[in-house]
Amino acid sequence: MIRLLSLAALLLLWQIGAYFSDPRRLPGPLLVFEAIYEEAISGALFFNLAITLARVAAAFALAMSLGAAIGYLMGRNRLADRLLDPWLIALLNLPALVVIVLAYVWAGLTEVAAIGAVALNKLPNAVVVVREGARALDPQLEDMAQVFRFSRAARLKHLVLPQLAPYLAAATRSGLSLVWKIVLIVELLGRSNGVGFEINMAFQLFDMKLLLAYALPFIALMLCVENFLVQPIERHVSRWRRGVARPRDRG
Amino acid sequence: MNDTFRAGGAASLDLAIAAKDYHAGDAPPARALEDLRLTLPAGQAGALVGPSGCGKTTLLRLIAGLDKDFVGTIALPEHGRLGMVFQEPRLLPWRSVHDNIAIAAPQAREEEIAGLVEQLSLAEHAAHFPQELSLGIARRVALARALAIKPDLLLLDEPLVSLDAALARDLREMIARLIDERRITTLIVTHDLREAIALADRIFLLSPRPAHVVATLDVATPRRLMTKETAERLEAQAHAALEAGRR
Repeated sequence: MIRLLSLAALLLLWQIGAYFSDPRRLPGPLLVFEAIYEEAISGALFFNLAITLARVAAAFALAMSLGAAIGYLMGRNRLADRLLDPWLIALLNLPALVVIVLAYVWAGLTEVAAIGAVALNKLPNAVVVVREGARALDPQLEDMAQVFRFSRAARLKHLVLPQLAPYLAAATRSGLSLVWKIVLIVELLGRSNGVGFEINMAFQLFDMKLLLAYALPFIALMLCVENFLVQPIERHVSRWRRGVARPRDRG
Repeated sequence: MNDTFRAGGAASLDLAIAAKDYHAGDAPPARALEDLRLTLPAGQAGALVGPSGCGKTTLLRLIAGLDKDFVGTIALPEHGRLGMVFQEPRLLPWRSVHDNIAIAAPQAREEEIAGLVEQLSLAEHAAHFPQELSLGIARRVALARALAIKPDLLLLDEPLVSLDAALARDLREMIARLIDERRITTLIVTHDLREAIALADRIFLLSPRPAHVVATLDVATPRRLMTKETAERLEAQAHAALEAGRR
């Protein structure tokens, strides 16, 4: 209820701001919703949202799977950590724009370059978070698994992944918000479709109505992903934490 | 040089540890075990008793294969299947009591797991997560997990420590009954002589560091028929041996 009220207050503020501004600079909510409707009816909105979402999904999956594997290796193997740490620091400090431009220069204005550049921007963040998780794996449980001769698959499933789950969830959350922002820049700089491309077109034409008509549904879509996908998964994997604290010994 | 091998025959567990050093940071290595020999016949329960910090748990870790940095030999029972109850129960916090047992023993049939759960009075806790259990119950779950794999050798590290007197008595009786029924070769680490006398057929008394066996006492069986006087005499013998070991 409070969230809805807050959202209504935002719409009201927007409407008031639009009332006192040039509609070309800040169109009101109704004008923007009208533009959203028109883009939706023409099919362009869904097409561009789907293209962008597919890029977000591909780049995110690539960055998370590679980042989790490298992070785990660095967290568990001192030599790998020492070897790869300088690369990681370099990547962490490399501006996203440099990676994107280099990818387009070296690999051309292609889908592979676009997704690769986004994944490379997200990769170090995933590596750092998962490395911390791998370092924090409980050695006592490792001993238990060794004594009971857990197979590799059983160790991964029952020991490693549940302990890494909070770290993977944190990397997912921060990663998704980072990836979708970078995807828009990648589309703006070198793709001929997607929400970023449409926002760039709207900017070139100074069409604020169209710009917001693409930005708002995309924000709404990412909020849905967070609320209906990321959070339920996170709740599911951490449901055991909600158990009561250990009771006093009573037999 | 170390060697751990599985051998058949009467000598179920046979240890000859020439040396085990303990490394801590940059400090020079400290000798934890030296010239430690013991033999535990198949189907018997042995207890390792010694002063605090003498290396009992270190020895158990060597037998369990968790530490391979030692000089000597360890001969395990024929198939070498080990079950272990750690001092901290070391259950998977994200899995239920039932799953903790089943995951450690994937070959066990569902009826066997249900039987163990029943035998160790865990039925009402089967669906609980470990953090919902008291330490006493968590230890019983750890014991059920160790038994579920049908071990050739069962290792118990201070199974009764940190429990109040009534709980410790209940768990001791449960362990004694299970050892007697199943005739599993069992090695128990304890600092409590009375606990050792109540549970073991053979007691190995260890010296302070570097630990070696200063005396081996055979306990009259069946234990439940042991008189109070016999227990007291054993205890006095053991105290004398431990005291001599300290000197």
